[in-house]
Amino acid sequence: MQLVTNRILRISLSSVAFLFCCMAAAAAADPSSISQTNIFAPQSTPAKSILHLSILVLTITGIIFVVVSTLLVYSMSKFRAKSASANSEPAQVYGSTQIELAWTIIPILIVVVLFVATARGIHEIQDAPIPASAVQVTVIGHQFWWEYRYPQLGVVTANELHIPVSDPAHPRPTFLQLLSADTDHSFWVPVLAGKTDLIPNHPNRMWMDPQHTGIFIGQCAQYCGTQHAKMLLSVSVDSPEDFAEWVREQQRPAIADERVAAGKRVFETTACINCHAISGTVANGRFGPDLTHLMSRTTIAAGAALNTPENLRLWIENPDAIKPSSLMPAMHLSKSDRDALVGYLETLR
Amino acid sequence: MSSNAITIPGGRVEGKPWVDTLHEWVATVDHKRLGMLYIVYAIVFLVLGGIEILIIRIQLMHSHNDFVSPQVFNRMFTMHGTTMIFFVAMPVLFGFVNYLVPLMIGARDMAFPRLNAFSFWLSAFGGLLLYFSFLGGSGLYGAGNAPDVGWWAYAPLTARAFSPGHSSDYWTLAVLVSGFGSIGTAINIIATILCLRCPGMKLSRMPLFVWLNLVMAGMVLIVITPLSAGQIMLLIDRYLGGHFFDAQAGGSAVLWMHFFWIFGHPEVYVLIIPCFAFMSEIIPVFSRKPIFGYPVMVAATICIGFVSLSVWAHHMFTVGMNSYANSFFAITTMAVGVPTGIKIFNWIGTMWGGRILFKTPMLFSIAFLFQFLLAGLTGIMLACVPFDWQLSLSYFVVAHFHYVIVGGILFALFGAFYYWYPKMTGRMLSERLGKWHFWLFLIGFHLTFDVMHIPGLLGMPRRIYTYEPGRGWDTLNLIVTIGAFIQAVAILVFVWNLVISYFKGAEAGNDPWDAWTLEWSASSPPLPYNFAKVPVVASRRPLWDLKHPEDPDSQYE
Repeated sequence: MQLVTNRILRISLSSVAFLFCCMAAAAAADPSSISQTNIFAPQSTPAKSILHLSILVLTITGIIFVVVSTLLVYSMSKFRAKSASANSEPAQVYGSTQIELAWTIIPILIVVVLFVATARGIHEIQDAPIPASAVQVTVIGHQFWWEYRYPQLGVVTANELHIPVSDPAHPRPTFLQLLSADTDHSFWVPVLAGKTDLIPNHPNRMWMDPQHTGIFIGQCAQYCGTQHAKMLLSVSVDSPEDFAEWVREQQRPAIADERVAAGKRVFETTACINCHAISGTVANGRFGPDLTHLMSRTTIAAGAALNTPENLRLWIENPDAIKPSSLMPAMHLSKSDRDALVGYLETLR
Repeated sequence: MSSNAITIPGGRVEGKPWVDTLHEWVATVDHKRLGMLYIVYAIVFLVLGGIEILIIRIQLMHSHNDFVSPQVFNRMFTMHGTTMIFFVAMPVLFGFVNYLVPLMIGARDMAFPRLNAFSFWLSAFGGLLLYFSFLGGSGLYGAGNAPDVGWWAYAPLTARAFSPGHSSDYWTLAVLVSGFGSIGTAINIIATILCLRCPGMKLSRMPLFVWLNLVMAGMVLIVITPLSAGQIMLLIDRYLGGHFFDAQAGGSAVLWMHFFWIFGHPEVYVLIIPCFAFMSEIIPVFSRKPIFGYPVMVAATICIGFVSLSVWAHHMFTVGMNSYANSFFAITTMAVGVPTGIKIFNWIGTMWGGRILFKTPMLFSIAFLFQFLLAGLTGIMLACVPFDWQLSLSYFVVAHFHYVIVGGILFALFGAFYYWYPKMTGRMLSERLGKWHFWLFLIGFHLTFDVMHIPGLLGMPRRIYTYEPGRGWDTLNLIVTIGAFIQAVAILVFVWNLVISYFKGAEAGNDPWDAWTLEWSASSPPLPYNFAKVPVVASRRPLWDLKHPEDPDSQYE
């Protein structure tokens, strides 16, 4: 029986220790070496304040675990039946008011501490006022892609969000207004902030103030339909100059290049325009991403494939090969039309 | 207790034709047979739900796997969740409660035997309806499909625009129908406990098992109602032009979340309280001591019952409630941890100073204590709202609630199977196979669910049919999948044990564990009328009093 007891202990404790070690390792190590979406590698104030709260919570729960499991392990090994006493019953104890009181009051105190820390965290993140310097972006969730609108800047783009870096000396946070065009979605870039849902007819808000430039990734976290898995997110945090340059580029109307007039005609005379918009053309559909500056993006299909001519061609010919059951239909174009169309799209810088 | 057997004319005749036997089972109103029907039915669905999860796990074994299509994957997780909650956990627990409550309170049947049978067949019909969706989901003309809206079926995904065909209707009707069955059973349990206790069994002398299930039944009555209302509103939306959840027409997607989770969260307690009840019987018997702090255990359970009705929106911290609502649901969620903690302490207090026998039921119970403790602690993490904004909807949450449902509920259930199988069949389950089952399942469980927390911390959302390489999720998911298969093997060992022991197990006798509650004074299996002579009790442990006339409990209560 001792063998059994020890095995229970060993396996339970070692697995638990493994869990906590992995969590600790994930927290301590370099984010890029483990995962670019590690919640313990924050790059922005909301994610950092969550990390601080989580360390407090992990410490308290860790202590509770050690204390309670020690009691359990001790009672298992100390009070296991010995064959010598096989026929005698132990002393029959029915309870103790003092002990009951102790293990009621101590947990209540712990709850109070945790609640105060939690309420403070909620207030810090959720009730933060919008400073005048903030960049405001309206994020609209679609099955299965992201639309971004910058009302202050007159920019419309998709899937790859660009925001300026926020220098602690001159904070320039980005506030996202979250809307949905169809089902529920959830915006989650773990190193920048916790997730917030995009729900139709229920506008939400979140913010971030990354202090380093770089590209940070995430994906839709709320089940939104068949292609929930390939609704990827990327946030490009640009230096102030790069961001200004990007905005200038996005504000320009689409390039009109005479050499690809044939491709433009294909675009304007087929079903493409039902869903997609290109500024300065007849195309003003809003079901799909705005393509005015398609070539400024590194991926297509909400991050499902790199934005290369081959992938563009495949995406137009057979979207299911890249993202089955996305709402992009196969266009059934002739080879020459398809070549012309891809040629045209490639000029949309 | 031979005096307990009386001869009823036409009672038991050997060598009946199988049609008669079948008819007896189908037409039965005996609480014991209905209990076993519930349990067998749940095991069948456990295997179905298990096959679904293995398909999911194979698909997630590595990044960009294409074992199944996204559509099939989404159906699998929807069916897995719905099956396991509504058609495995609920019926198997109702089965045990149905079987044991009358025996424990010295009654001859439930208060309403025919309602009992009706409730079972409603639930059974619900399960068949759900699985018929594989054939009939698209109506008579289509190839058919199963629901793919997730087991909580958030609006507006269930609107006809996003869920055409009939698969969501099968889901709605299956849940609605089995919900009515649950309400019937809950009424029956409450009436039985309040009205049919044997002489001497005051409320304060009921076994904790009975007390806890009284609370559970009360909760079922309260929480199934909003669920059923929500399903009816959904049907009105889908077929009668209603707009309750239709955000495009001014309805509210968030309203559905409230309706669903005010059922969904207390449901967790509806499932775990019967498991607390198993623990409160098994741990004392194998520690050879009475339960520590009986009145506190009852009070804590009632407290859990009330507080857990006000925690539901902790499933909705990411949907954008205001900061006051978030704070309110954070504190209620943390508060429910206090009475739950008291229970864990009291079980340890029961073991403390005892003479602990490590039989298979006790092994499962101790594993339950460890795992339920951990599940509670990750629950506290999730109650800290900002932390939840990271953890919610990720694999961390999936790991957390499987720690509750598998590590807690399923382990407790296995303990209950090993403990009461001898009473139900008259034969012991094999200890040797039981140990194999226990260790395999324990290893598989920890391999799967300990590791599953980590991809969540590394940003892996739940319900994705595939994922990108290079995010650090691949190896972890492979380990999780391996663990799932080890668990599957353990389940096969368990089912094999159930079958083989029925024919070849050692004779159990009336009281194989030297236990103290009334069911162990009946024969194994009990006769149709349970007790020839209605027992009279003078304490919480009537059989202890009988076995220790020199030192009966009744002296101390």
